[in-house]
Amino acid sequence: MNTKKVFVLVAVSLALACGGEKRDGATATSARSKPLTIKGSDTMVILGQRLAEEYMAKHPGAVVQVNGGGSGVGIAALINGTVDLAQASRPMKDEEKAQAKKARGADIVEQAVALDALGVFVNDANPVKSLSIAQLKDIFLGKTKNWSEVGGPNARIVMYGRESSSGTHDYFREHVLEKGDFAPSVQTLQGTAAIINAVARDKNGIGYGGIAYAKDVRPLSISKDNAPAIAPSEASVADNSYPLSRKLFFYYPANAPERVTQFVQWSLTAEAQNLVKEVGYFPLATQKQ
Amino acid sequence: MTRGRLARNAIMTGVFSVAGWVAIVFIFLIFIFTFKETLPIFTDPEVKKEANLEAFFTKAQPGPTLAERYVWQPTSEVPKVSLIPIILGTLKATIVGLLFACPIGVAAALFSSEFAPPKLREVIKPCIELLAGIPSVVMGFFALIVLATWLQKAFGFVYRLNAINAGLALGFALLPIVYTISEDGLAAVPRAHREASYALGATRFQTAWRVVMPAAAPAIFASFVLAFGRAIGETMILLMAGGNAAITSFSLTDPLRTLSATIAAEMGEVVVGSAHYATLFFMGTLLFVVTFISNTFGQMVIRGMQRRMQGAKA
Repeated sequence: MNTKKVFVLVAVSLALACGGEKRDGATATSARSKPLTIKGSDTMVILGQRLAEEYMAKHPGAVVQVNGGGSGVGIAALINGTVDLAQASRPMKDEEKAQAKKARGADIVEQAVALDALGVFVNDANPVKSLSIAQLKDIFLGKTKNWSEVGGPNARIVMYGRESSSGTHDYFREHVLEKGDFAPSVQTLQGTAAIINAVARDKNGIGYGGIAYAKDVRPLSISKDNAPAIAPSEASVADNSYPLSRKLFFYYPANAPERVTQFVQWSLTAEAQNLVKEVGYFPLATQKQ
Repeated sequence: MTRGRLARNAIMTGVFSVAGWVAIVFIFLIFIFTFKETLPIFTDPEVKKEANLEAFFTKAQPGPTLAERYVWQPTSEVPKVSLIPIILGTLKATIVGLLFACPIGVAAALFSSEFAPPKLREVIKPCIELLAGIPSVVMGFFALIVLATWLQKAFGFVYRLNAINAGLALGFALLPIVYTISEDGLAAVPRAHREASYALGATRFQTAWRVVMPAAAPAIFASFVLAFGRAIGETMILLMAGGNAAITSFSLTDPLRTLSATIAAEMGEVVVGSAHYATLFFMGTLLFVVTFISNTFGQMVIRGMQRRMQGAKA
């Protein structure tokens, strides 16, 4: 029985290796390798999965598994050593980097892979077209409770947000609430898709999330300080005029095996960056350094 | 030959008793693990500072300018871990769920055991029991996408996801529990009771309502208790359909966050050993104890009734 298992394994890996060699000699190494496991940001799941699909198509034999859960979950998994690569929609905190370094025995490499405009979404029927950061802050802190206070109809503002495991939640808290606490009445949903879904069905709803998910809802233009309100777009992310532009990151230990580094390198190629755009985020090259 | 059979018998007995003991051991291990992870609340000085029984059940000031209130903000700069809004949310969902499932479940059980023609009964019973087989994530998804929209359209709720929406979806999950146990109880009432009632000139309805149902009352009560146990522990439906806002509100049209949903949502990223972690385990212990008591109590009532009914038959 055991010999049989070994035989099957050898046969399968040989077959995979040969298949790889036929098409592209360089990928023969990855053919025999373990699956590359990726976990983290829910904002980035659609991106990671699209990249993984294409990568696996281009590199026969390579296996890439992408999971969500939230940036915090991905980073925790990176520290615990249960994944090869963490996706995060917020930068890793210093103490997390220190923990990961201790656990993985190497520095953690940070690689931005795409740009995102963190969108603030309202229902299509909502007449409000733009909000300032200060107004957003008051809304999500629970101080502004009615749409009429920000130029909308006389109706209660229904807020949708993310769980604390979400990088988007952290980003929003840091950049909009200035580390204040979300009002308890914010309804926390599982994932950006759920927020979009809720806002699309709720005419008094407001929610936030990665711009790639914006469908059937209207992203607001956002103003900061006294500057004019800017709509999230490739151009406004490019020149950093959209106040909630952010980077989406890959994190992995510097001593990571080749299957990790190869994937990361590939994800920065023009081919992969095109996929970034296709998914709905913005390629890194957009931003003028 | 005989010896071989005896040996085989002994081996099989051993295998089955091991299987039985494994289940018991697992329950105890889970019990011990949950309690152990809760302990730092009482013993660890670091954890105690942030999460303790007093903090769980008292008000805290959410911000410098805000009034004191019960808040659940465990990952804030200043963590606040009041369980009051979450316990309230759990109770709200449970009560709505029971208010929906208990009357309908008992009425359906009464109908199928006393009034329905046998053929119809053969259809109703499996159909309701099939409800129990629907994964709760499917039920939650239905409530999140469809039910919430219907309810908001019909009643003009401010919040799509609220206690009524979550409670109704939960009620669908409780219905088969109430129905099955009540139905078993009603069916176990001896024929002699019914015959005596008919002989005295009672109608079918009078017999069902005044004779059979009171006789089966312990089973019906037990079905409520077991449904309560299930409602307290149900996670996915409430996580998806309840809105997950930890607010202290008695209104049924406000969103709610339950103990189980909080554990499910936050356990994934919590730092092991932190105050937040111990607090989540405290919630788990709370759930464990409550469901354990209600399930044990429910089973005891059922067993007591079975014994009595068998006595009546003899």
